[in-house]
Amino acid sequence: MSARDDILAGVRRALREADTSPVHVSRGYRDTRPADVHLFVERVEDYRAVVVRCALDEVEARISDALPRDARAVVPDGLPWRVPGSVADDGLSALDLDDVDAVVTGATVGIAETGTIVLSHGPGEGRRALTLVPDLHVCVVRADQVVADVPDAFAVLDPDRPTTWVSGPSATSDIELDRVEGVHGPRRLHVIVAG
Amino acid sequence: MSATFVGMPAFPVAARTALADTQLRANLAHATGTIRAKRAKVVAEVDNWEELRLAAAGIKDNTLLHLEEHLVRLEESLTRQGAVVHWARDAAEACTIVADVAKSHGVDEVVKVKSMATGEIELNEALAKEGIAAWETDLAELIVQLGDDLPSHILVPAIHRNRAEIREIFLSHMAAAGRPAPDDLTDEPARLADAARLHLREKFLRAKVGVSGANFAVADSGTLVVVESEGNGRMCLTLPEVLVTVVGIEKIVPTWADLDVFLQLLPRSSTGERMNPYTSTWSGVTPGDGPQEVHVVLLDNGRTRALADDVGRQALRCIRCSACLNVCPVYERTGGHAYGSVYPGPIGAILNPLLKGVGVDAQTDSLPYASSLCGACFEACPVRIDIPSVLVDLRAQVVDSHRGDRFPKAEALAMKATALAFGSGGRLGAAEKASGLVGRLLGGGGRRRLPGGRKLLGRLPGPGAAWTDARDLPTPPAESFRAWWKRTGGRG
Repeated sequence: MSARDDILAGVRRALREADTSPVHVSRGYRDTRPADVHLFVERVEDYRAVVVRCALDEVEARISDALPRDARAVVPDGLPWRVPGSVADDGLSALDLDDVDAVVTGATVGIAETGTIVLSHGPGEGRRALTLVPDLHVCVVRADQVVADVPDAFAVLDPDRPTTWVSGPSATSDIELDRVEGVHGPRRLHVIVAG
Repeated sequence: MSATFVGMPAFPVAARTALADTQLRANLAHATGTIRAKRAKVVAEVDNWEELRLAAAGIKDNTLLHLEEHLVRLEESLTRQGAVVHWARDAAEACTIVADVAKSHGVDEVVKVKSMATGEIELNEALAKEGIAAWETDLAELIVQLGDDLPSHILVPAIHRNRAEIREIFLSHMAAAGRPAPDDLTDEPARLADAARLHLREKFLRAKVGVSGANFAVADSGTLVVVESEGNGRMCLTLPEVLVTVVGIEKIVPTWADLDVFLQLLPRSSTGERMNPYTSTWSGVTPGDGPQEVHVVLLDNGRTRALADDVGRQALRCIRCSACLNVCPVYERTGGHAYGSVYPGPIGAILNPLLKGVGVDAQTDSLPYASSLCGACFEACPVRIDIPSVLVDLRAQVVDSHRGDRFPKAEALAMKATALAFGSGGRLGAAEKASGLVGRLLGGGGRRRLPGGRKLLGRLPGPGAAWTDARDLPTPPAESFRAWWKRTGGRG
């Protein structure tokens, strides 16, 4: 018998005498609440990320403020804002990406309760490696993309897309449970909340 | 990488060694105290915490009770998304599958995301035998690997090491594994993390094959989820051309939407954060983004055995958050090594016997007793595993599995003697008389007293010493209730 058939037979055997009547699961936790953009800003700041708010027509100016002078920033296809010193992603290797200073992207969802930004790596967000290897991630989240909590985020995300949930810069607590920001992912996260 | 849990002594012996290590006890008390406080603060923020726990337990139970259906659906979804699905009955099969994938690409190294399943099957050791180096990339796992040490915590495997010890390990061992630690390395956590960043970056950038576990596997979409902090997980899941993920068959949730409970419970229970820095989800192969060859190994390795246990089945709800370790008075004092497994603490005390079976080896049989049954673990568990009840049930199973032994344990003999005495009024009276006499003889000189004022016995002689070494034993009363009633008729 194949390992697959063996394991499935083992599962059947294990549950032969079990009471398999369904357990009721209450979904009251999914009650929708209005999204609070102020809370989102506060919670992202709690992770020691830099957060700025601006009007929609000020985004390009704020991106330019966020980047160091002469920085080379990789930019995904479909980003609706102009970025100074931008490098297009024309199939850059990981080593190439290690050489650029920053990445500028949009996002799919912001979660107010947890201060989380979710990327689904479509147009304007780019493939996963772009927001991983460079040391500075400048991320623009529109105020109308902010949802209240984690269940609201799952409701709008597509499981067929890869997603990356980012809550602050990369961090570790592995040494005496003392939090240190900046390990392998971008050590600096700069969030522009627009609108 | 020669360190192994194989051949570890039973818990009481291992615990005695651990308790004598004052540095270890200081490191653990500091670390568990810190994380307990962090967890309590972020859990208190969530007003429907109990509702979330109930929902999580319910979702997991419904899935486990129909596991075959969900496994088949997961396999279909993964295949549809472009992943290659493998099944492994045990550790050896799983290791062979991973090694074969690595060998088919001609690599002599893989980069690894911290994963409990691959620790459980001792994948690194198996790959080493095939000439393939498995580089751990989680900071704590790196500390354990470089120090030729064993993990002692589910979330922070190097929790038993302090910053000075970590600096020493980096200075003496990093060079042999790749980029050396800088000569002027201090013991500041930020400097140590930076040394790890530089050491591992060259490995990430050149790796062809990545190996991971998964926190969750979604049956209806074929999505796998890795929850992490440092970004090492994202590196391993994104940069290599080939990705192999080893997933225990109990990691399934039915739908993408069901994750909304678990991604609220897990970070707060685990690192004590509202959300961990990075969570990655992926469904098979995404053209032009990340690994273009994706393998998934569905692992049994004792899970169907645990599934068959009516009381113990709930242990398969576990999401490996380690909250139960951090609140456990036993774990806080002994640390994780004493449990002799990658799964230490209260969850390890039930999961190991459930996966391996009782009555097979003394080390596993000792684990259900590594608890005071205080219940703190049950209260902290985000998926409401009633660990104390499972412990008690497993203790009974351990006793049952030894009933036919040629040489019964002292405890079994004592229980037999008690049954004999309780079985007849005359024999009980005689035993009470004898214990009163012992009380007068041994208790006379005792100066220590229980809170109620009753005298305590000192260290018992002979085999009884094993009991009094760790527990207070009150002096038996000089007269039994029945003797007192006979003498006074209840009026004195």
